[in-house]
Amino acid sequence: MLELIVFSLLNGLVYGLLLFMLSSGLTLIFSMMGVLNFAHASLYMLGAYLAYTISLKIGFWPGLIIAPLLVGVVGALIERYGLRNVHRYGHVAELIFTFGVAFLIEESVQLVWGRQNVDYREPEILSFPLFTLWGTDFPAYKAFMLAISVAIFIALLLVLTRSRVGLIIQAAITHPNQVAMLGHNVPLVFTGVFGVGSALAGLAGVIAGPALGTFPGMAAVLGSIVFVVIVVGGLGSLAGAFVASLLIGMLQTFAVAVDYSLEDLFAAVGITTSKTSALIDLYTVTVAQIGPILPYLLLVLILIFRPTGLLGKREV
Amino acid sequence: MIDRRQFTRLAAALAVGFVAAPSLAADPVRVAFIDPLSGPFAAVGASGLKQFQFIANEINKSGGVLGGRKIEVIGFDNKISPKESLIQLKRVIGDGIQVIVQGNSSGVANALTDAVAKHNEREPSKRVLYLNYSAVDPSLTNEKCNYWHFRFDANADMKMNALTDVINTDKKMKSIYIIGQDYSFGKAVAAAAVRDLGLKRPDIKIAGNELHPIGKVKDFSPYIAKIKASGAQAVITGNWGADMLGLAKAANDAGLEIPFYTYYAAANGITKAIGAGGVDKVRLVGEGATNPPLTAEWRDVLKRFRAKYPDDRDFTQTRIANTLQMLALAINKAKSTEPAKVAAALEGMRYTTYWGDVVTMRASDHQLQMPVRIFVHTNKNIEFDIDHSGYGLLTESTVSAHVASTPTTCKMQRP
Repeated sequence: MLELIVFSLLNGLVYGLLLFMLSSGLTLIFSMMGVLNFAHASLYMLGAYLAYTISLKIGFWPGLIIAPLLVGVVGALIERYGLRNVHRYGHVAELIFTFGVAFLIEESVQLVWGRQNVDYREPEILSFPLFTLWGTDFPAYKAFMLAISVAIFIALLLVLTRSRVGLIIQAAITHPNQVAMLGHNVPLVFTGVFGVGSALAGLAGVIAGPALGTFPGMAAVLGSIVFVVIVVGGLGSLAGAFVASLLIGMLQTFAVAVDYSLEDLFAAVGITTSKTSALIDLYTVTVAQIGPILPYLLLVLILIFRPTGLLGKREV
Repeated sequence: MIDRRQFTRLAAALAVGFVAAPSLAADPVRVAFIDPLSGPFAAVGASGLKQFQFIANEINKSGGVLGGRKIEVIGFDNKISPKESLIQLKRVIGDGIQVIVQGNSSGVANALTDAVAKHNEREPSKRVLYLNYSAVDPSLTNEKCNYWHFRFDANADMKMNALTDVINTDKKMKSIYIIGQDYSFGKAVAAAAVRDLGLKRPDIKIAGNELHPIGKVKDFSPYIAKIKASGAQAVITGNWGADMLGLAKAANDAGLEIPFYTYYAAANGITKAIGAGGVDKVRLVGEGATNPPLTAEWRDVLKRFRAKYPDDRDFTQTRIANTLQMLALAINKAKSTEPAKVAAALEGMRYTTYWGDVVTMRASDHQLQMPVRIFVHTNKNIEFDIDHSGYGLLTESTVSAHVASTPTTCKMQRP
């Protein structure tokens, strides 16, 4: 039992921090521009594939730097030459635009790299078990993922709260007109934030690719969950995104380990369920089976009882 | 550059070509491939389409069907959704295509077989034939059997029978974990495993019987932690595509080195992900032997496939060769592409596969009766490796068609 808890904690932590890296960019972009960027997960995918190609040519480590930068540039270009023009037609147009960009990126990736899974691997230097507990290895690469995610969190927090750029960004989130009147180039700030947010998504792809697989569906499996993270955490709140990422990471990981169903719960309080009941399918579903929908349940509950999100300041 | 007049002429010529084409005797026999070409299972679907097109080309090179007509396989993306598949089926019927092939997901197969049966009853003049090359839910040739559906893969029960025979030889085996995808196929595998183990080895404990959502799990590490904690000595899984890749990756990362008895743990990156950790531990039940290839002709076919697709060079779904070759034979025997005539020709048809197996399409349920093989993941004696990895599938044992056969409850309704 203890080993299951320890490994669920570790796995939840790795997964949660990966979610954070994706959602931090998304939540910044949303709070600043009011745009739900549907292309965010596609940029994550693009990062993984770019890093794969770079890793073949010059190695994993240059890819870790270059791929996110390239994705950041792609993101900045999308904002500068796409989103900015669409902006004047309102939020719906922006939403549809990012939706289109998501398809465009995913299809382009498949055109370039094909529909096969590509063999993007962690570097040799990190492919060893860091430690072994109860006979189960914990790969060094996962520890590396943890370290990168934590470093990014700290770096973002410092930039946003301690630097001049951060102050301008924070001001531009709530009072864009006043910031512009003070002589700051707000559109440039937007482009920069979109670029950095995209680069973070790219970085998440770069480090998640070797661990979770680099394949055509990788954007789809993470696409919707990041929206849950930013809503649960509170829109625009970096700390909220952090807490929500960990919460959802843990929730999904621990759910897998729980084999109890409603039937067991009823049995525990002395109610026996009939095998012929019309609801028997509902009673016998285990927590492990419904694990993947738990985050969405959480999303609904948050929207009902705390529309600002866990740490957010404004309503969704 | 072409000027405007040339362009007009070209367009006119093309238009005439299009209009005239259907009346020509040599227009191709079209086969619609309805499978995932996008999403998490795109890799499996795309490589299946490639293998179909390659075999079509082989048939066409040796004269095609009906005295020179070519076979053309056209891909229709169903995104692995039953709903999407039915939309594509409508398109296919509208295009006048008479044969569909599908294999990925028994959920899709269950929807398609119903839709095909209903359509053929409603519109006898526009019937379609449904060749299932890989969806192995046993019900498709039992309670849900349908005259227009033919299955060219051993069903989940036949495969589990062979797998549990191998497990039975390991007398030290005491506990097994079953994990699968949460849909009709995953449930069929789990049910067959519990039933067969109960019959053959009641002493083996089922340490866990787990279903996870299909195509939605990002990280299998939590499942591996659970398997590890259960103390199971082996794993049985029907996982395929991205779900098998994820499971293999996570097992390797966690150093879970226990035997895996699988249906589809090879190719599309899976063999490479298993790598050294799974040598002599990962077993797979399937049909066509590639190591050794058994016949010179089959070796040549595999080599030609490699030469044609040097990057993605693994011909892994060997049943695809049987499906298309038997279709070609049936069309020639029926002297027609009319589905009713082709279906009648397919019933009871005997065919010798590239690798020398004699297979028969059982008329009573349209389940191909075929030898089933157990392969082991290794890098020794591998002539045709997979994923450019040096690792491949070595034939470990062969169960004859007669022994692999399972009875059917099908009451075939003939038109």
